[in-house]
Amino acid sequence: MSVAATLPGTDAQPQHEAQAQYVLRLADTSLVLGQRLGEWIGHAPALEEDLALANISLDLIGQARLLLTYAGELEGRGRDEDALAFLRDAPEFFNLALAEQPNGDFAHTIVRQWLIDAWQLEIFAGLERGLDTRLAAIAAKAIRETRYHYRFSSGWLVRLGDGTEESHARTQRALAELWRFTPELFVPDELDERMSGAGIAPSLTELAPRWSARIAEDLRLATLTQPPTQPYPWHGKRGVHTEHLGYLLAEMQHLQRAYRGAHW
Amino acid sequence: MAAPSERALWQLLEGIPDPEIPVLSIVDLGIVREVRQEAGGRWRVAITPTYSGCPATDVIRQRVRAALDAAGCTDAVLEEVLSPPWTTDWLSPAGREKLRHFGIAPPAGSAASLRSLRGPPAVSCPRCGSRDSERVSEFGSTPCKAHYRCRACAEPFDYFKCL
Repeated sequence: MSVAATLPGTDAQPQHEAQAQYVLRLADTSLVLGQRLGEWIGHAPALEEDLALANISLDLIGQARLLLTYAGELEGRGRDEDALAFLRDAPEFFNLALAEQPNGDFAHTIVRQWLIDAWQLEIFAGLERGLDTRLAAIAAKAIRETRYHYRFSSGWLVRLGDGTEESHARTQRALAELWRFTPELFVPDELDERMSGAGIAPSLTELAPRWSARIAEDLRLATLTQPPTQPYPWHGKRGVHTEHLGYLLAEMQHLQRAYRGAHW
Repeated sequence: MAAPSERALWQLLEGIPDPEIPVLSIVDLGIVREVRQEAGGRWRVAITPTYSGCPATDVIRQRVRAALDAAGCTDAVLEEVLSPPWTTDWLSPAGREKLRHFGIAPPAGSAASLRSLRGPPAVSCPRCGSRDSERVSEFGSTPCKAHYRCRACAEPFDYFKCL
């Protein structure tokens, strides 16, 4: 597999292409996480949580639609939101590897959601103040929804962590399994640096302490222990994914692949 | 057909109900941002989505288009604007009252705070008016609603949540 061909952010890449690729990263994280949450529909532990996860999924997919449409326009190759969502393969997806991790049990889903909600709060706040007015408008819209998502996920994190022995153990286990994917959230690559240098995106290194402080405070309330930081080999935002993304895409894209351009 | 006035267009749009809360018009909800005539005489109508993923947005767009066409404004431009983002502050006072009559508690207070466990704002029951209510779930039957229960009259109800 030629990963080098997709590596973004070099100075040689024209600005609009670099920007399109950056917007795709944001779009793909929302889309993939939204698809994962959709897998819970009909399976959540209670009707209220089923509705909550479906609603959050809907918001994330709505954000992804706005972002994908914009990425397609920036790219200028005639791809619309559907072409970008349904006709790209895993190495052309640039979501955080954390977003594609399987749902596991409810605690697993909550921990994944909470880690990403807290990240999106910082990212969208930064984009809202950025120089790209279109991206700022999308972020301003999205962050209001993200606040709701975070209230839900952080509320559950505390209930589960500071709940029964069983719920505490499961939540701590989920944290141990998912923590290794979090360095990717804040380690910038060339593309991240190019976008923050252009005043479009926030600086990841500046956001990191705010995210860490929020996470530490929530963990304290939830009586959970932060796992040690580990080296990570996944670079979802550069198209290098865990095996799970391929299966997710197979399910999400099957219809549009089998019946190209199908409508109903 | 004579070109309609701006007032006539607003009235036309006030006649379009929201697909999920039909007691409210899209004007009550603050979905219609602008009705404006261009120099050449062509009308522009700007609408804004409520939630990013609200499935009603597509239906609203189709209904506005159909209403404009039926009024003879086939050349009117329908555009979607994101900024400034829609919030529940765009809901008109008349819209809030209509919601309450319909059995949905209108949004109380300002935009969402970050912490849920410290408690949601007090929400009045749309049936009996008691403020002694409890939140069953932050999420309800549509993206814009949360699920509440009145402790005074025991009635479950929807709350149009603050965004």
